[in-house]
Amino acid sequence: MQDTHTILLPEVTPEVRQQLFDYVLQLADTSLILAHRLSEWCGHGPILEQDLAMANISLDLLGEARSYYQYAAELEGQGRTEDDLAYLRSAVQYRNPLLVEQPNGDFAHTIVRQFLYDAFHYHLLVQLQTGPDRQLAAIAEKSVKEAAYHVKWSAEWVIRLGDGTDESRRRVETAINALWRYQGELTTPTPTEQALQAVGFVPGYAAIQQQIDQHVARVFEEATLAVPQGVFAQKGGKTGRHSEHLGYLLTELQYMQRAYPGMKW
Amino acid sequence: MTPTPPPTIPTEDRIWQLLEEVADPEVPVLSILDLGIVRGVRVADGEVHVTITPTYSGCPAMGVIATEIRLRLLAEGITRLHIHNQLSPAWTTAWMTAAGKQKLEAYGIAPPKDVTGHVLNLFGQDEAIRCPHCQSANTRLVSQFGSTACKALYQCDDCLEPFDYFKCH
Repeated sequence: MQDTHTILLPEVTPEVRQQLFDYVLQLADTSLILAHRLSEWCGHGPILEQDLAMANISLDLLGEARSYYQYAAELEGQGRTEDDLAYLRSAVQYRNPLLVEQPNGDFAHTIVRQFLYDAFHYHLLVQLQTGPDRQLAAIAEKSVKEAAYHVKWSAEWVIRLGDGTDESRRRVETAINALWRYQGELTTPTPTEQALQAVGFVPGYAAIQQQIDQHVARVFEEATLAVPQGVFAQKGGKTGRHSEHLGYLLTELQYMQRAYPGMKW
Repeated sequence: MTPTPPPTIPTEDRIWQLLEEVADPEVPVLSILDLGIVRGVRVADGEVHVTITPTYSGCPAMGVIATEIRLRLLAEGITRLHIHNQLSPAWTTAWMTAAGKQKLEAYGIAPPKDVTGHVLNLFGQDEAIRCPHCQSANTRLVSQFGSTACKALYQCDDCLEPFDYFKCH
């Protein structure tokens, strides 16, 4: 007898169900891609404790991604599994925002990417917890405490690097300049997200953006860093228009399943 | 030929007793009941249902825990078993038993403090944790992330030993 995952399906029209599938897949891809990026640090971290921290955060995100993929597979109801969704889709079918697929760069790049994502992730999960979709609420309830540890960690590092040495400050400012343009996509709704916001399944992003702004302002002030203003928001990932980086990432991530279809550990 | 005896239909109390003997694979000094992972046991129509919940989303031990539950119950002749993974309500260290906390400390891992809710306090101070080796409170956080998802790394500034803290969740 198989172990089962208790999944609560919402009673919605087929149209909303399709939109929810797309949205849950977007959440899943986002967690998976960032988890993979962090896993690339494993064994290469600047010091052992931070190597462990990135591996731990990667694992949390991977677990969260699995919960979303399992739910998405159930919503779709076509017999695809979480592994089919994670391993057998092409880059243009991925729905993660551009931010999370950006390369690790130096440690400062990884930290800035992580902090911008963590601030969004945490405040999104707080909202999803009380949303009408009970399965998303359950996943969010599970993940929000993990996300709180993540954002505390990345915020501490932004402060340490910004208010650290001339070199650490130079590097974190370079990273902020390179990555800030990808922050806006996180809270810019796609047509799918807009449709789900209209029926209450996706929280309003204006309130979340305000919380992110306050969070970032507080951390940057302590880090003695300036918050960039008026930066153009580069979008595309959530609608499948990705940077070149994603293809290389997926080549590695999907290699085993592509080379040996159906392979299991 | 003697007919095969009908499969045993154990009581729920008996199942709980058996589950007490299943150890957590990452912290083997704790049973899965000490950890609060088992959320329910039900026997209905001759089938056993055990509901478990993960400590962390990515906890790699969940598969092993499900297998160990299956093996322990199988040894008692219980074959008709369903294991359900449930996410909500989300696991919290508040579900860890008092006995479990004592076993942790004796094992050299500082047990989680009783406070709940502060995990979501994003700008709070680090927790003051007692060293499980020398009981000193003069300790400091080295990293919120340790050897497994559920532990943080601390160091004692009196006995100088590093130690794991089973962090609040």
